Amino acid sequence: MSELASEPVAQREDVLGTATADAPVRGPAPDPAEPLLVVDDLRVRFVGRGRTVHAVNGLSYSLAPGRTLAIIGESGSGKSVAARALMGLLPSTARVSGSARFDGTELVGLSEREARRHRGADIAMVFQDPARSLNPTMRIGVQIAEAVRAHSDLDKAAAHRRAVELLAMVHLPAPQRRFHEYPHQLSGGMRQRVMIAIALAGEPRLLVADEATTALDVTTQAQIMELLLELQQRLGTAIVLISHDLGLAASYADDVVVMYAGQVVERARTADLFAHVRMPYTGALLGAIPRLEREPHSLLPVVPGQPPDLSALPGGCPFRPRCSSATDECAEGPPLREHEPGHWWACWHPLPDAPVKEGV
Amino acid sequence: MTTLEKGTAPVDGRRPGEELLSARDLVQEFPVRAAGGVRGGTVHALSGVSFDIRAGETLGVVGETGSGKSTLARSVIQAPPPRSGSVVFEGTDLTRLRRRALVRARREMQMVYQDPYGSLNPRWRVSELVEEPLRGYGVRDRGPRVAELLDMVGLDPSVYGRRRPHEMSGGQCQRVAIARAIALNPALVICDEAVSSLDVLIQSQVLNLFERLRRELGLSYLFISHDLALVKQVSDRVAVMHLGQLAEVGPAEALYRGPRHPYTAALLDSIPGLDARTGRPRRPAPLAGEPPSPLDPPSGCRFRTRCPRARERCAVEEPVLVERAPDHRVACHFPIEPGTPTGADAPADAAERTTP
Ligand SMILES: Nc1ncnc2c1ncn2[C@@H]1O[C@H](COP(=O)(O)OP(=O)(O)OP(=O)(O)O)[C@@H](O)[C@H]1O
Ligand SMILES: Nc1ncnc2c1ncn2[C@@H]1O[C@H](COP(=O)(O)OP(=O)(O)O)[C@@H](O)[C@H]1O
Ligand code: SF4
Ligand code: SF4
Ligand SMILES: [Mg+2]
Ligand SMILES: [Mg+2]
Repeated sequence: MSELASEPVAQREDVLGTATADAPVRGPAPDPAEPLLVVDDLRVRFVGRGRTVHAVNGLSYSLAPGRTLAIIGESGSGKSVAARALMGLLPSTARVSGSARFDGTELVGLSEREARRHRGADIAMVFQDPARSLNPTMRIGVQIAEAVRAHSDLDKAAAHRRAVELLAMVHLPAPQRRFHEYPHQLSGGMRQRVMIAIALAGEPRLLVADEATTALDVTTQAQIMELLLELQQRLGTAIVLISHDLGLAASYADDVVVMYAGQVVERARTADLFAHVRMPYTGALLGAIPRLEREPHSLLPVVPGQPPDLSALPGGCPFRPRCSSATDECAEGPPLREHEPGHWWACWHPLPDAPVKEGV
Repeated sequence: MTTLEKGTAPVDGRRPGEELLSARDLVQEFPVRAAGGVRGGTVHALSGVSFDIRAGETLGVVGETGSGKSTLARSVIQAPPPRSGSVVFEGTDLTRLRRRALVRARREMQMVYQDPYGSLNPRWRVSELVEEPLRGYGVRDRGPRVAELLDMVGLDPSVYGRRRPHEMSGGQCQRVAIARAIALNPALVICDEAVSSLDVLIQSQVLNLFERLRRELGLSYLFISHDLALVKQVSDRVAVMHLGQLAEVGPAEALYRGPRHPYTAALLDSIPGLDARTGRPRRPAPLAGEPPSPLDPPSGCRFRTRCPRARERCAVEEPVLVERAPDHRVACHFPIEPGTPTGADAPADAAERTTP
């Protein structure tokens, strides 16, 4: 990881306390030398009847406590499979190789029993659909209290008190009363708060948010992201933010990993990535987003074709069939290398710096 | 058909700018039965919504989930008809038509929905799917027209004509849905989250297709999405819905550059991303509180429980849409004056505000 100067923590707290429309930029969190999670050449394939899906093909990154790493890419690019591999949540058809070390412990190859010990206690996950993750027949407070008891030896009454505390911590209004409500009585945003409360019950050091705000309105998304950052400040949690939304990554992540067809195609500090996009796929993603600055009725730059079939990946650069910079060289797969300090990309013909800076 | 670079082609004698559709005072309410311990009541899905769509124009509709966008679209096509109010389309009030006449009028008005797979019969081939609306209205010599339509939406008829929906990607299915929608030369296409389930690179292909069809066929769109930037991309004018009412309607560029309703400003302030000018992250400013329940909307202004500008008057008097700038109407007692920092300027007397 690069050693860019980082702003002092006090300044970040200041920023958090005064969230206004023109709030100053959030400085990067301190980047301690000791990462909490080191993922190295993680690979996942699914073996089926005569068909092997290569879902993750060599993912590497490291994440320090208190920092946020965004993994972005279109649907099917392997973001969720990679996250589930960390949690030991893949079906038995999955074959995982490579390494993911959490605080020194290797997560790849753990038995189901060992993996379960890490889940919730060390690493917790929040998914896109809170309605489906919650039990509709159980009061939300009871569900949180159960999660608390699963990770501690608190008795029933203490777990109840802790559950109310957690509901207050995620800013659910009237936590005492809400404790007794059922999921269907809550809005989508409130349910996601409950999911976060459950995720926090085991006081995890790593939180994986897989499209956790995708189903929410922008207004609610902003509230939930604010909540996650506040909790990160208080608890020092590291966050893996999985999303297809580049804007979300730009606003909230310290580092960004761009995935395409199960591979990392670009990786950098957030500011470096968006100021100096190198990989044509990242450039295409940025160009294709409708942006507020664009004129109504303007045509968007178009990338032809579709993502490749992961069960029949041709050799070479996976983006080649759709890339306007492709040459014969690209028939050989470009390696992911650190070409500029902290900025990694896998491309033979990286983009030059754009003359005009555009937003996301 | 020739491609027009600018503006729109006159179709069937309609000139761009003329009113194609006028909706007035649409009200839609749904009784909800008591279930799981919740008291029954009435969902106020639309409470007096009025708007126009001009020929060749795209009206965008944005708003949070449950604000009534889909209900609005369904009220326009009379499925189901609104509880009250009128929908005058090409001079005819659709709410007064009987079934047969309505079917005839509906030919000019087509829908494209969010779920590309769910809206197509999985057993049919693409050519049959595109032929169906033509057959339904007794069009003859359909084969060449089907091929022409598939070409128009960028699907090679010889490659895709015999495929079934599950043999295609989401973006391709959405193209088939669009081919069906334009098959009968409609005047108006209603898109309800029509590109929301597509990935960004596919989404831009489909958005450009909508844009090309608008230019070539002179279509008008009612374009619904929760994504504000996406709506701006395609719209001439934008309507902002909040809890069954219009908060603000105005020219797209003016509304996004200078939102006058605090709710519009809050929506814009919630979008994460990078600032185009500085290249620095934009830090969204969350609204405080939860969206109110449509079962029991607040008195006065329905936004007042979350509004940073709310004052006493907002709790007692319901704001109505007032023209604050040319073609730009706002339902707020204390609208934002563009140029002042949002929410920070002291609410002045609304009556004093004229054009910027
Ligand atoms: N058939 C129905 N019965 C009861 N309530 C309904 C019905 N249809 C819609 N509603 C309610 O009316 C309100 C408006 O719903 P609508 O589907 O129009 O919202 P929307 O703006 O399209 O939201 P989204 O962005 O989630 O699609 C909501 O509170 C919804 O629950
Ligand atoms: N259980 C599974 N069996 C076979 N293939 C799978 C399974 N789960 C996911 N995949 C495939 O792995 C690829 C990556 O999926 P995923 O990680 O869910 O993508 P993302 O989260 O980036 O949208 C996709 O091609 C998907 O179809
Ligand atoms: S390696 Fe070649 S095909 Fe791949 S992104 Fe770079 S230029 Fe395009
Ligand atoms: S009428 Fe009052 S509460 Fe409603 S938006 Fe305007 S200032 Fe806010
Ligand atoms: Mg996923
Ligand atoms: Mg809807």
